[in-house]
Amino acid sequence: MFEGVPLTWFLITGTIMFFVGIYGFLVRKNLITILMSTELILNSVNINFVAFNKILYPGHLEGMFFAIFIIAVAAAEASVAIAIIINIYRRLVNIDVEKMNEMKY
Amino acid sequence: MIDFSYTIWILLIPLFMFVVVGLFGNRFKPLVSGIAGTSGLFVMWILSLVTAYKYFFVLEKAADGSFQKFLAVNIRWLNLTDKLHIDMGILLDPISIMMLIVITTVSFMVHLYSIGYMDGEKGFMRFFATLSLFSFSMLGLVVATNIFQMYIFWELVGVSSYLLIGFYYTKDSAVSASKKAFIVTRFADLGFLIGILMLSFSTGTFDFLTLTGQNSPAFSTGGGVMFLGLSTMTWSMIFIFMGGAGKSAMFPLHIWLPDAMEGPTPVSALIHAATMVVAGVYLVARLFPIYVVAAPVALDVVMYVGAFSSIFAAVIACTQFDIKRVLAYSTMSQIGMMMFALGVSGYGGHEGLGYMASMFHLFTHAFFKALLFLAAGAIIHAVHSNVLNDMGGLRKHLPITHATFLIACLAIAGIPPLAGFFSKDEILAAGHEKSLMLYWVEMIVSGLTAFYMFRLYYSIFWGKNQHYHHTPHEGSWTMTVPLMFLAVGAALAGLIPFSLFVSSDRMPFVSHIELGIAIPAVLVGLLGIITATIFYRKETTIPDQIFNALGGFSRAAYRKFYIDEIYLFITKKIIFNYVSRPIAWFDRHIVDGSMNGMAYVTNETSERIKRFQSGQLQQYALVLISGVVLLTLLFTYLWTN
Repeated sequence: MFEGVPLTWFLITGTIMFFVGIYGFLVRKNLITILMSTELILNSVNINFVAFNKILYPGHLEGMFFAIFIIAVAAAEASVAIAIIINIYRRLVNIDVEKMNEMKY
Repeated sequence: MIDFSYTIWILLIPLFMFVVVGLFGNRFKPLVSGIAGTSGLFVMWILSLVTAYKYFFVLEKAADGSFQKFLAVNIRWLNLTDKLHIDMGILLDPISIMMLIVITTVSFMVHLYSIGYMDGEKGFMRFFATLSLFSFSMLGLVVATNIFQMYIFWELVGVSSYLLIGFYYTKDSAVSASKKAFIVTRFADLGFLIGILMLSFSTGTFDFLTLTGQNSPAFSTGGGVMFLGLSTMTWSMIFIFMGGAGKSAMFPLHIWLPDAMEGPTPVSALIHAATMVVAGVYLVARLFPIYVVAAPVALDVVMYVGAFSSIFAAVIACTQFDIKRVLAYSTMSQIGMMMFALGVSGYGGHEGLGYMASMFHLFTHAFFKALLFLAAGAIIHAVHSNVLNDMGGLRKHLPITHATFLIACLAIAGIPPLAGFFSKDEILAAGHEKSLMLYWVEMIVSGLTAFYMFRLYYSIFWGKNQHYHHTPHEGSWTMTVPLMFLAVGAALAGLIPFSLFVSSDRMPFVSHIELGIAIPAVLVGLLGIITATIFYRKETTIPDQIFNALGGFSRAAYRKFYIDEIYLFITKKIIFNYVSRPIAWFDRHIVDGSMNGMAYVTNETSERIKRFQSGQLQQYALVLISGVVLLTLLFTYLWTN
């Protein structure tokens, strides 16, 4: 399906996704979008894993497994994060991350 | 060989009594603890007498005809290394058996007496518990098999003495007296400990059997390194003697003994007259072979200190008005004589006459001095005062006390055939062989002894009749029976042929009364008595005239030669000002200051940097990521070059 696509293209895509995720994480104020940014970061890593596995070590499956593992962890993490966000919303009627600054000096 | 292992019970009974009476005494009537303590002491007394009988008369002697010296019980207590171990046990030889007899007899009498004397006092049971603790520690001290066991019990004795002097703990003077006694003896024990460490370092053993045996390592080390012209062995024996001098109230460590009279009178009789204060004499006697062979200079120190203390205390005793203080100085003087006798002694046979005389005097002194204190207690009990001026004409009111006190006075004055005559004669004879000057010093001491004892006697029992609040009367039978028993002891103890039992090399020898010394000694004693009779039999002004005629000297003697003041000057003016104050300044400003400075710096820094914890999640993330990026760039730069 992707025969002939060079590794670099995958890596460039991954890197762009990664930094888009980082940017979103740092500048967006909505907790849900921050969560989405984390997913972007995780998935950019998944792309790298799969691409390396497919192109460098075609006979092996470790990269694939790792990607699946990360997806599972990300799913669990997303559910926990959303539960926390719902609780925060019930309490503050707000999900702006700048308002959540009680844990300071 | 007879089994002597049962002697362990002589130690275990008082320990058991102490624990039981101390913990559970409150559950019963006070009298129960008194009776329990006394009956325990009675059993110990019988056991000691049986032991003495079996040791001296039944047990076969060693091949050369001397009494055996052996361990009846030996338990390895602290096994530090194969060579270094501390044992606990029971060493039997003539002097330890003699001390067993002295301690259990006097302690038994004092227990019995205290039931009457302490009747109705608050803390009756505490008193008996502590007395048991004292008996335990003192007995442990005399039977010690090694110098470390002796040191442990030595400190225990100090503690029980402290507790008993401070028995009336609501009285300020008693509290300060107990502290003084503890601190002064503790200071002396520092010397003792240094001496022990030096001695055992150079000999490699703690055991008395090895240390004082035929081939003692103490003899063969040749004295070790020299310091200030004296060998290590000499220094260690001088330090050990310092411990003994502290406990035995030798000049200049005697200052605690007169103050220790704040304790109840039976305690003074037991601890500060008959048993604990002679521990120093016993210590020197225990290590005597080392003193004679390896450290003769240290033995000379013992001699001079003893002789000086005896005359020094005798002079002070003549000027004091507190009945117990007179007796305390008298005790110090008599112990000085014992030390003197040890100091002049040689080793073996007739050479060791001084050693025998010292032990003999210790033995007889225990009887008559305990009797004097108990009689003084009976007098204080009757008139409720310690001061001589409040007494007079008591012989009609207190006939038994009067008779027993007179016997004790005659005994201590050295009038034949009472006990003091024999032992004092031996001391003088031994002194005569060594040094003529010190012999005359001791002669003067015995004259002064007779004088101040009869000064006491006449002031209490004769002279003008005082007006007492209520008529003085004798105490209960528990108080009079010990007086009579000890009076018999004080009268007859001297008739024991002591040199057949106790001698420096444990070899029996026969000693004679030397008329050339006995007659002048008795005459000096009589002179003292006659002088006292003229001065104090009826109220006269002669003593005051003499006191005034001597001027500064008598005032100095009355103020105990200002020794207390000198101590206060040294501690308060010199040590406090020039040592303690700089150290306190250093502690407050340098040690505490550096700690406070560190705390201040930490506090300021955290005050500055705490704004960093803003609580903004994205700020943290930004810092984290910038850090990662920076590190990545840095490492990339480093690795690519």
